[in-house]
Amino acid sequence: MSAQKSNLEILPRGVQVTLALGLVALVAFPFTGTDYYIQMLTRMMIMAIFAMSLDLLQGVTGLVSLGHAAYFGLAGYALAFMMPQGEPASLWWTLPAAVLASGLAALVIGFFVVRTHGIYFIMVTMAFAQMVFYLFFDNRALGGSDGLYINFKPDASVAGWVPFDLDSKRTMYYFTLGAMLVVYVFLRRLLWSPFGRALAGIRVNEHRMRAMGFGTFGYKLAAFTLAGSLAGLAGYLWGTQTGYINPELMGFQMSAHAIMMVILGGMGNFAGAIVGAFAFEYLLHVFKDLPQLGSVNLGKHWQLWMGLFIVLLVTFAPRGLLGLVERFGMGKEKTGGESHHE
Amino acid sequence: MTSRRLVLTRSAAVIGAASSGLLLPEIVRAQSGKVRVGFMLPYTGTFAQLGVAIENGFRMAINEQGGKLGGREIEYFKVDDESEPSKAIENASKLVQRDKVDVLVGTVHSGVQMGIQKVARDSGVLSLIPNAGVHAATRGLCAPNVFRTSFSNSQPTRALGQAMMAKGHKKTVWITWKYAAGDEAFEGFKESYTAAGGTIVKELGLPFPQVEFQALLTEIAALKPDAVACFFAGGGAAKFIRDYAAAGLKGKIPLYGSGFLTEGVLTAAGPAAEGIVTTMHYSDSLDTPRNKKFRLDYAKAFRSQPDVYAVQGYDTGLLLIQGANAVKGDLNSKPALYKAMEGATIDSPRGKWTMSRAHNPVQDIYLRVVENGENKVIGVAAKALADSGVGCKMV
Amino acid sequence: MDLANFFIQLLNSVQYGLLLFMLAAGLTLIFGIMGVVNLAHGSFYMLGAYLAWSLSSLLGSLGLAIIVGALLAVAFGFALEWLLFRHFYKRDHLDQVLLTFGLIYIFEELRSIVWGDDVHGVPIPELLSASVPLTENLAYPVYRLFMSGVCIALALGLYGLISKTRLGMKIRAGAFNRDMAESLGINIKLIHAVVFALGVGLAAVAGMIAAPIASVYPNMGAQVLIMCFVVVVIGGIGSVRGALIAALLVGLVDTFGKVLLPQMAGMLIYMLMAAVLLWKPEGLFKQ
Repeated sequence: MSAQKSNLEILPRGVQVTLALGLVALVAFPFTGTDYYIQMLTRMMIMAIFAMSLDLLQGVTGLVSLGHAAYFGLAGYALAFMMPQGEPASLWWTLPAAVLASGLAALVIGFFVVRTHGIYFIMVTMAFAQMVFYLFFDNRALGGSDGLYINFKPDASVAGWVPFDLDSKRTMYYFTLGAMLVVYVFLRRLLWSPFGRALAGIRVNEHRMRAMGFGTFGYKLAAFTLAGSLAGLAGYLWGTQTGYINPELMGFQMSAHAIMMVILGGMGNFAGAIVGAFAFEYLLHVFKDLPQLGSVNLGKHWQLWMGLFIVLLVTFAPRGLLGLVERFGMGKEKTGGESHHE
Repeated sequence: MTSRRLVLTRSAAVIGAASSGLLLPEIVRAQSGKVRVGFMLPYTGTFAQLGVAIENGFRMAINEQGGKLGGREIEYFKVDDESEPSKAIENASKLVQRDKVDVLVGTVHSGVQMGIQKVARDSGVLSLIPNAGVHAATRGLCAPNVFRTSFSNSQPTRALGQAMMAKGHKKTVWITWKYAAGDEAFEGFKESYTAAGGTIVKELGLPFPQVEFQALLTEIAALKPDAVACFFAGGGAAKFIRDYAAAGLKGKIPLYGSGFLTEGVLTAAGPAAEGIVTTMHYSDSLDTPRNKKFRLDYAKAFRSQPDVYAVQGYDTGLLLIQGANAVKGDLNSKPALYKAMEGATIDSPRGKWTMSRAHNPVQDIYLRVVENGENKVIGVAAKALADSGVGCKMV
Repeated sequence: MDLANFFIQLLNSVQYGLLLFMLAAGLTLIFGIMGVVNLAHGSFYMLGAYLAWSLSSLLGSLGLAIIVGALLAVAFGFALEWLLFRHFYKRDHLDQVLLTFGLIYIFEELRSIVWGDDVHGVPIPELLSASVPLTENLAYPVYRLFMSGVCIALALGLYGLISKTRLGMKIRAGAFNRDMAESLGINIKLIHAVVFALGVGLAAVAGMIAAPIASVYPNMGAQVLIMCFVVVVIGGIGSVRGALIAALLVGLVDTFGKVLLPQMAGMLIYMLMAAVLLWKPEGLFKQ
């Protein structure tokens, strides 16, 4: 199969403007929205971080992982184990510890997995994710099939001073928004750094990169580990927000949803991952809430609408929503140009 | 220039539409004096049938009493939980925070229930469990606003041990799936069987939801126990029954189980199921006027036969009615509401039952045998059996 | 474990392995010949099982149901290929993953609408419903032996088709170098349609034959899907021989794993796959 096209690595103006507007809306939202929607958007932002981490692996480096959710869930479990029964643990060491745990797992698993290619890579990442899933599902000591509670939100106090309290839904929202922005800026910087360029080169033509002297195994492993760590960040935030961790968070379904989010938005530029995460969650929301039409409850058959949407999307808009925005927003100037990006 | 303006206006329109779409449900669902009942049940996936049955049962109970709760009209809300634990918090929050339900009725799957339990404990919303048997809900994680109208996972099997010893089966092999529900069912069996003097020869388990039983059936045959006790449900149960018979074990080593082995699967299992003895808090063939009336009314209303899940849904409705009537519809007077529900006696098709202090049913467990494709009641395996409620602060 | 028990467990392993091969054969064909990742394979299996249920009650015989069902499934395969899949041969694996994931949703919902959500059973045909006694306690169902026989026939048939017939030659040529084969006058479009329809048909027939043993219920395709992928990947994509060996290997590990290492039984298959791929990153018999 042909190497994936580089997608909008330089964001066109229209997309940049859309994103800026989106950011403004996000910052302003908690002042007008209710608790429920604040929580919903927080969750979407967490998924956006998760999607961006996968985009690094998939969109930039060209490695399609069906097991990325393992690192997402692992961080959640790490938080659950670190949080004592009686009182909250500190945010300032549990967060890095959880991210490190996910990163370490990604490093170890990646060491085995990165030597495979193409469809085998896809399958072996799924295999390891399933192993991790069963490890937690089958063992009562690790929570078993019913999962674990995280009884408190991590405590943000530093030697008596409390900068913010994650128990407040608004604070949690802004904390997550901040994390999402930091991850986005970091990844965009990375995209244009020598490291990021090497990853993109590997995606386009790995043999050529090797011929030029790049140790592609090391680069791919680094990308895999970094992506896993960032997924861990998202998982930590999920655990903090919901307070409930279960093995399904590490499962195949979750990984597949992440893949869909990244493709839905448009791969390879991280903005697409954010757009995709929001759009995907929002779509599910819309389809499930469809009203009754005569004797048919449209909302009950949400799976059908979701499936049709995915099929139509992949058939007619393979570059995702951002690809569409670019195609329709730019008029004549850019037609034909974007497909020749290198 | 034109294109940039186009993009700007279009993006603004999209964002505007999206945000108003998000706000819309809020505006529409303003206060109206009706009681808000939220169903969080599986409407898709493996347990879809159970979700439908529970809702049907619940609505029937309400409609029988005039369709009102404590004199107030009812507005229903529904969320499909897809039996997916990772979406549990999100879905429960949808009902509790967005739709602001007064009562949350749910659910079937224990992993999802754990999520609901968290939301219920944090928000204080009245939460009625029409099926999920996870122990924690009425043990370590019990709460004054959480009531269960079904069973705890170990209740049916707790009545099995004595029944099997009474039939002279001194050595038994236990087999189930290796997950929380299987573990909890085993707990009940182990406790009652060993207390009655029986020996559990071996405890076999296979990963959930695998259904390739051959290897373990061969093991069972090699172990030559007096009997086999098990916990399986749904499609897997039908397959296990048929595989058991096809392996020649039927008739040689009697098969017993928690009643879910033979619930809703007897048509699929066919003649292989004849003679299987199970214990459960209900049976379709229960020969009481109350049950007969219930089954007739249900069949008339929904054009299908009710099962234990429909009964549990029905009893949930009955419980809520009793509570609502006691507070004359004011569901906000919680202490009175809870007291009424704690002290309720539910006149259920399964027989009369009461609430334990941990808010789990104290009920009779029936002994049943499969005869002519039906679960025939042959006795009461345990009378007024309660779950221990160990670890619950209310006990 | 004594010797008799060991041999019986070996029999169980082989029978399960052959069943897996039958399930995976369709997948390896589509996957190997056309390079299309098809996550909807489990849905075709489920379609077959549900067809077996409705058709056998309608027509009164499972054998007749299988014949009619197979024809329906193959026709469905042709239609699906023409409508959707043929536009995806040249696309990324990722796009195919996405497409077939969407199809899973669609098929699952259609199944719910058409056939409902109940658990169903398909009765084993009278002729094959006996059990052969093996020990004093244990008997072996004749139907499972029949299924194993069908699987072996299938394996031989596929092997014969691919290696010994002209159609097989064309298929192999097309898989090796599509453009070259086309320039030699082979109607690649038709070949691909045939292979795809055959793959779908195989999956559906597997579902139909397994239905009396497996029962018919919602979501039944999901577990099967993962197992099939594991088998195909261990065996090497595109290799029917590899799929057979891999299936037998998986059968062995799964069966003995359940008995000897029940604590790790859930993880064992994946550990096997990981181990094989670390040793041979492209499967046992890569093409």
